Amino acid sequence: MSIGSAAAPLRIAIVGSGPSGFYAAEALLDSTLAVEVDMLERLPVPFGLVRHGVAPDHAKLKSVTGLFDGIARRDGFRFFGHVAMGRDVTAAQLQSMYHAVIVATGADGDRALGIPGEQLDGVHAAADFVGWYNGRPECAGLRFDLDQDVAAVIGQGNVAIDVCRLLATPVAALRSTDIASHALDALAASRVREIHLVGRRGPAQAKFTPKELRELGTLPGWQVIVDPADLELNEASRAEAADPASTFVAKNLQVLRGFAAQPRSAARAIHLRFQQAPVAVHGEGRVRALTLQRQWLEGPAGSQRAVPTRQEDRLEAGLVFRSVGYRGTGLPGLPFDAVRGVIPNAGGRVTDDGGTLLPGWYATGWIKRGPTGIIGTNRQDSVETVQRLVEDLPLLEAPRVGRAALQAALAGRGHRVISFDDWLLIEKAERSNGQRAGKVAEKFVDVACMLDAAQAARVEAAPC
Amino acid sequence: MTHVVTDNCRGCRYTDCVASCPVACFHANEVRVYIDPELCIDCSACIPACPVHAIVEEFDLPEDQQHWIGINAEAAGRYPVIRAKLPPLDGADDRRQALGY
Repeated sequence: MSIGSAAAPLRIAIVGSGPSGFYAAEALLDSTLAVEVDMLERLPVPFGLVRHGVAPDHAKLKSVTGLFDGIARRDGFRFFGHVAMGRDVTAAQLQSMYHAVIVATGADGDRALGIPGEQLDGVHAAADFVGWYNGRPECAGLRFDLDQDVAAVIGQGNVAIDVCRLLATPVAALRSTDIASHALDALAASRVREIHLVGRRGPAQAKFTPKELRELGTLPGWQVIVDPADLELNEASRAEAADPASTFVAKNLQVLRGFAAQPRSAARAIHLRFQQAPVAVHGEGRVRALTLQRQWLEGPAGSQRAVPTRQEDRLEAGLVFRSVGYRGTGLPGLPFDAVRGVIPNAGGRVTDDGGTLLPGWYATGWIKRGPTGIIGTNRQDSVETVQRLVEDLPLLEAPRVGRAALQAALAGRGHRVISFDDWLLIEKAERSNGQRAGKVAEKFVDVACMLDAAQAARVEAAPC
Repeated sequence: MTHVVTDNCRGCRYTDCVASCPVACFHANEVRVYIDPELCIDCSACIPACPVHAIVEEFDLPEDQQHWIGINAEAAGRYPVIRAKLPPLDGADDRRQALGY
């Protein structure tokens, strides 16, 4: 009996329910094989960084969840919310239950700056701030001292821009979104009136997209300030900007020139500072200032490096966010490349540290390639991983029980599993809680509340 | 706001955009593709994917190109959705060169 036939469906577990996990499920369900796809999510709520990463004022981007809803409703798919590999089921158990396991756990750690003073109060990971305003359970209890005039954001990507924008957006414009209420209250009392976005490389190398950059210039009461001298490019950067393959570079420069040409008018300012890197954080107990070191770009177009110069500036700032990259974390029972923060793999096939394949294990998304790209990038990535898996079919022939085995193991421990229908009930409760305050939704920020909401709604929805 | 496919796509139809689209909002006929503005989530993933720079954010669309907004919206309803990359059209590479890419 060949695997992938109606009588012997290919049984796959996907660990993680962010975009890469859902696109892997879609690719499997789109294949010509009969498949059973079980998606495990450690939280009771799905969608990973679409729920807890995408900024609340980017509702259109968040609407990608409509597509994920459709995938979740397809025959063969099952959601196991509130089930974590390594907590509720081991990697070895999953391996014995399924023909293959696809790890799509993303990158939930953050990269440190590695400079003295970084441990001072008031220096935060941007990822924590993003999780906080998005109501991510692990971040909901964090405190950010917004009683400061000046904030510095270290980084040159869209996350850094999101942090700047959320600090500068008038709360009136956020009130109707699904931003966490604790964040809305704190932002309403914010005194921040000057933000410095500090990046090691030049404007031609910055990773943000023109759309996000342009949006910074639309915040009422704020002005984006760019030093025109920073836009004078060296020869290699000019070549990079002229390269037709780097679509966004020329556009970014155009937006930045527009910012640089504006006379100062608004009281509050976002300063975009290029070719400067923090080398020390100063303060007693909490941050008061940063030392920024000017950088010089060196090397051929496309692979320029920032090298330090001797010129240093002091930037007074009472609040610092580092946004120099997310970082994957290792999973118990699986190999991990601690340098890159990914699971070692070849095109999605998991390998051990020496490059030997680990049969039946696959990776996709940020835990596979590192924290780069946007939502759509994960679709191609997951299609590639599933292609490799399907090529390996002859190697995955051993009989596997799949879903029934997982259900039995979880039931044996009395573990509370959240189904996709349960999640829809949680979502409904979040929407109705939001409506009372004129918001799209008020997210539950606590796992126990999520579980209670599913339970309460389940009782309510049951026919009496 | 949405994203639109402009004239450069005609005769190339590389469809690299399709593989990068998170919401499957591309529709195709024999000569080119169109974006369904109702589905597009404005993520811009398709812009750098296109080898001939055919895809533009509505914001960046020049005055004399505005008609592409209506054409995309209308044609998306008429042609089938494509979810995977297709082989480029015959002559696509010649047209790409002629377009300067």
